[in-house]
Amino acid sequence: MKKFIPSFICLTVLLGTVLVSPVGATPTVDEIINRANLAAYYGGDDGRANVLMTISDSQGRTRTREFVILRKDLKDGGEQKFYVYFKKPSDVRKMVFMVHKHIDKDDDRWMYLAKLDLVKRIAGSDKRTSFVGSNFFYEDVSGRGVAEDRHELVEETDKEYVLKNIPKNPAEVEFASYTVWIDKQSFLPVKAEYFDRADRKYRMVEALETEIVQGFPTVVKSRVKDLLTGGETVSEFKNVKYNIGLKEKIFTERYLRRPPKEVRK
Amino acid sequence: MKAFFRTIILADNKKIRLLPALVITLALVAPTIVNGAGLEGFQNWLSDNYRTEFNGFIEARAGARLQDDPYQEDASIGELRLQIDLGSDLDWAIFKLKGDLLTDLVTEEAGAELREFNLAFSPLEMMDAKLGRQVLTWGTGDLLFINDLFPKDWESFFIGRDDEYLKGPSDALKSSFFLDAFDLDLVYVPEFNGSVYIDGSRISYWNGLQSRSAGQDFIFVDDERNRFFRDDEVHLRLAKNISGLELGIYGYHGFWKTPEGVLLTGPKLFYPGLAVGGASIRTTMLGGITNVELGYYDSLDDRGGNDPLVRNSELRLLTGFERELARDFTGGFQYYLEFMQDYDEYEQTANPATRKDEFRHLLTIRLTKLLLNQNLRLSLFAYYSPSDEDGYLRPKFNYKVNDQLAIDGGMNWFFGSEDHTFFGQFEDASNIYAGIRWNL
Repeated sequence: MKKFIPSFICLTVLLGTVLVSPVGATPTVDEIINRANLAAYYGGDDGRANVLMTISDSQGRTRTREFVILRKDLKDGGEQKFYVYFKKPSDVRKMVFMVHKHIDKDDDRWMYLAKLDLVKRIAGSDKRTSFVGSNFFYEDVSGRGVAEDRHELVEETDKEYVLKNIPKNPAEVEFASYTVWIDKQSFLPVKAEYFDRADRKYRMVEALETEIVQGFPTVVKSRVKDLLTGGETVSEFKNVKYNIGLKEKIFTERYLRRPPKEVRK
Repeated sequence: MKAFFRTIILADNKKIRLLPALVITLALVAPTIVNGAGLEGFQNWLSDNYRTEFNGFIEARAGARLQDDPYQEDASIGELRLQIDLGSDLDWAIFKLKGDLLTDLVTEEAGAELREFNLAFSPLEMMDAKLGRQVLTWGTGDLLFINDLFPKDWESFFIGRDDEYLKGPSDALKSSFFLDAFDLDLVYVPEFNGSVYIDGSRISYWNGLQSRSAGQDFIFVDDERNRFFRDDEVHLRLAKNISGLELGIYGYHGFWKTPEGVLLTGPKLFYPGLAVGGASIRTTMLGGITNVELGYYDSLDDRGGNDPLVRNSELRLLTGFERELARDFTGGFQYYLEFMQDYDEYEQTANPATRKDEFRHLLTIRLTKLLLNQNLRLSLFAYYSPSDEDGYLRPKFNYKVNDQLAIDGGMNWFFGSEDHTFFGQFEDASNIYAGIRWNL
């Protein structure tokens, strides 16, 4: 997984996941979008990171979320599994959130509430709702299906491809379109701006810092701004590791009830 | 007697000196540890040096009845609680200790409750074990339980304590085997752990012996099941997840978790034998989650149904559906059935004025709305039985003021057209409550 971390930043890509053909002059839109999807959400075969989210409102009041995220790809550009283990704040400590991400149907999601020993299945049809009260959406964390938008290359600068994306099913999402800047070298999405039906920019996602980790370009700090409320969330990724050999069995009920050593330390 | 996990009384009203002492200690200690970076420094030090997590909370909670109950206090709840939660990662095992100290202003007692005290480890690659006092949950119902025969604390649930307290702990040995074909959980409880039921001490109930409502004037006593290895329980579950389709098969052998038998000597309640077999399915459907669960309750001490003093066997069934209705707004619905077996036998001996129906139908609705960046949660859980013509509403709010402080409040509202039905009997216990919690 290169960056499942940048996952937070990426948005979008075409579903078919055709592997990218060798770069000629300008890759096609589909190639850009597929490479960006892989770069942002599918780095390596698996990965882990410690995430610190700082959520601020317009008055500067902040709340934090600290968690460990594990990710395993079953297929590049295809099915994935996520395991999120909360460490702070105290009231969500030891809570686990698990996703089996599918491409052609709704994801399966579970929540484990330690104090009740309760494995709860969650109804998760709307992926554009806040992830744990932050300005990030579930879809920012696990990726937006590449086939869900039409993509158009609107500009090419020295460093970036700029794509405009229009949802095929506008009723399902809160945006009318979004524009994403994709780094030409790393294919990491580095900025995205969302527009509503009045063509007003209301939301912005940015990569603030990127690093090369084990050869994978990785976003290690990102920010979402809600331009309507003035709220924002900054995510920082520490201890990022790829290809750690996560077993698929970690993403089962057994490890909801009994967090694996990969998240405990 | 009270169920085993109820508070160990440290001081009662004859010896109440401990109570103010505890309150004062809490009041003094709380701001000190909370304010200074002291607490966080201590937590980090423990975590870094001993891989031990120290957490908990301090909470105050108060509530009042909405109407007079001649047999009870006006206050429904009034308590100060300190929870200490210690978890230690020993590498080969995880040790867990969680307990509460509380002063209860309604019963005028101060006490301690041990909620968890256990060791979890993996003796084999495909096996997990957990030994000691632990909270256990399985099954698919939402605030309805068929194959989850672990202890509940209905009193806490009805007076407005946090949902955490609905689940009582078991003193158990749990072993889980993860096989290719399925997962197998086996829970052995050497000495029966019953639920905290409504015995009249705090909430009045329908007293069938006297055919009237009763409370503190008639607090039921039960005949404890306390013979080690003889009054034991076995719980079993087979589970399989086939690409998101979750299947479960369950078994239980032990006793009714609430005393469903009456001994006329005393009179006293007792816990008749019970065996349960059941199954469940849970999967995604129509953009939501749907589940079906059933269980056959075999009342071992009255298999023919002709003993009027012991509850008959039952077939229980539930089905539910939950989905997002709008952004941050979720709705759930359940139908639940208790189908009494050998009803003819029951009918012959039961008092015609108060006897139960052969089929008890129950509907539930859950609505949850998150607001203010999910810091405010508004929810409503409602039970309604068309056959008993009674119900129970639980509106609630919870607001996280910041990462440490939360306030909550709500209502427990019981209604019914008769005094002897399941929820109708608690009409006089309807209450409102509010709480404030500081997380350590």
